[in-house]
Amino acid sequence: MVSGLINANPIIYEKKERRTRTAPTAIQDEDIKDPEHPYSLEELKVITEEAVEVDDQRNYVRITFTPTVEHCSMATIIGLCLRVKLMRSLPSRYKVDIRVAPGSHATEAAVNKQLNDKERVAAALENPNLLDMVDECLAPSYY
Amino acid sequence: MELKEIQRLEGHTDRVWSLDWNPATGHDGIPLVFASCSGDKTVRIWEQNLSSGLWACKAVLEETHTRTVRSCAWSPSGKILATGSFDATTAIWENVGGDFECVSTLEGHENEVKSVCWNASGTLLATCSRDKSVWIWEVLPGNEFECVSVLQGHAQDVKMVKWHPTEDILFSCSYDNNIKVWADEGDSDDWQCVQTLGEPNNGHTSTVWALSFNASGDKMVSCSDDLTVKVWGTENTEIQSGGGFAPWRHLCTLTGYHDRTIFSVHWSREGIFASGAADDAIRLFVDDNESQVDGPLYKLLLKKEKAHDMEVNFVQWSPGEKPLLASASDDGTIKVWELIS
Repeated sequence: MVSGLINANPIIYEKKERRTRTAPTAIQDEDIKDPEHPYSLEELKVITEEAVEVDDQRNYVRITFTPTVEHCSMATIIGLCLRVKLMRSLPSRYKVDIRVAPGSHATEAAVNKQLNDKERVAAALENPNLLDMVDECLAPSYY
Repeated sequence: MELKEIQRLEGHTDRVWSLDWNPATGHDGIPLVFASCSGDKTVRIWEQNLSSGLWACKAVLEETHTRTVRSCAWSPSGKILATGSFDATTAIWENVGGDFECVSTLEGHENEVKSVCWNASGTLLATCSRDKSVWIWEVLPGNEFECVSVLQGHAQDVKMVKWHPTEDILFSCSYDNNIKVWADEGDSDDWQCVQTLGEPNNGHTSTVWALSFNASGDKMVSCSDDLTVKVWGTENTEIQSGGGFAPWRHLCTLTGYHDRTIFSVHWSREGIFASGAADDAIRLFVDDNESQVDGPLYKLLLKKEKAHDMEVNFVQWSPGEKPLLASASDDGTIKVWELIS
């Protein structure tokens, strides 16, 4: 690949007007930057409003994201960003599951398993390089 | 039956991953002691006050591990504490006149050490890691530890190692969904995998987080991300002369009791096993004497919803005449519980 990017030419979508929700809207309130492009995950349609399911009664949140390409090696980083974002924004009583959209990734089961293993997540967040990448994606002023 | 909270212990500043009761305490007038370890990189030693019956933090073991301390284990004599950390090392601590000194650091794993465990005689220490390996260390005089075997066999991180309560047989469970049984069938540190308990043997279908043995050592319970608890049994726990190994087989699967990952199980000497899970709950199970042939062999004794404000990472029964249950949680606290009938 000449550019060295996983997806050199991503499609950029217009940001949707957000509807008001009573549920926690951590994911929607602020944009999360794509790890390799100067666009938000929403602009790349990696994450959409419909992909955030909130069950307030059960204190449960499920996020389904769609990597831009099937072999996206950034999928675990994106998932980690989503998890950290929720850890930092949501009250701790919420249980969070994060997954790639069914059929959207070549190693879907492996990515999902890793993103939901809290020991692996904890260890990843003690890795300074990974934490820097996550923090960069979550920085409020990336553009 | 009721699981009554005796005390809620605060002190750790991050999630509490694990704890271990000191096996040499809780009898002959010696106050119960346990160690706990946390994402705050420290280990805390808690001691019971015999008059109040409550625990207080006696020591904080810090500035040795540089990352999360994931696991801790007292030697059978209760004199030495081993701690495994995400910093890839295992530290050995000795109680010198009430102060805990780090007397040895075991290096070798490539990355996170996830679990440490002493054998019944305290002569061997097992450690396991995200590097997929299990190491067996021999305890030599003068706080020296020599690695006698590196066991490769798991395809993914090894979550926990556990020695059989009476025999030198080692059990490991993994992110690869398997439990492996390791034995030294010769006599020259020739450790081999003698059995793999996986999906084809009615085993788990996702990460196996923990396992525990009953008092006699002929039954074992395991718990998993597949939301089940499984009980396994063997006919004969001893290693036969001539290298015959009595295999373990699946006895029953308990399903539908937790609705998030089950991180911990522990079997009491009285035959009650406890489970702790990501649904913040603790469950207790007992032998079901009235079970039908082929029916479930264990039944739910008690459920404690909202045992903690967040996920329950670890449960363990104390030594002593009247076992208490301790639990460790993501909420940063440890709770001590009494089972009242």
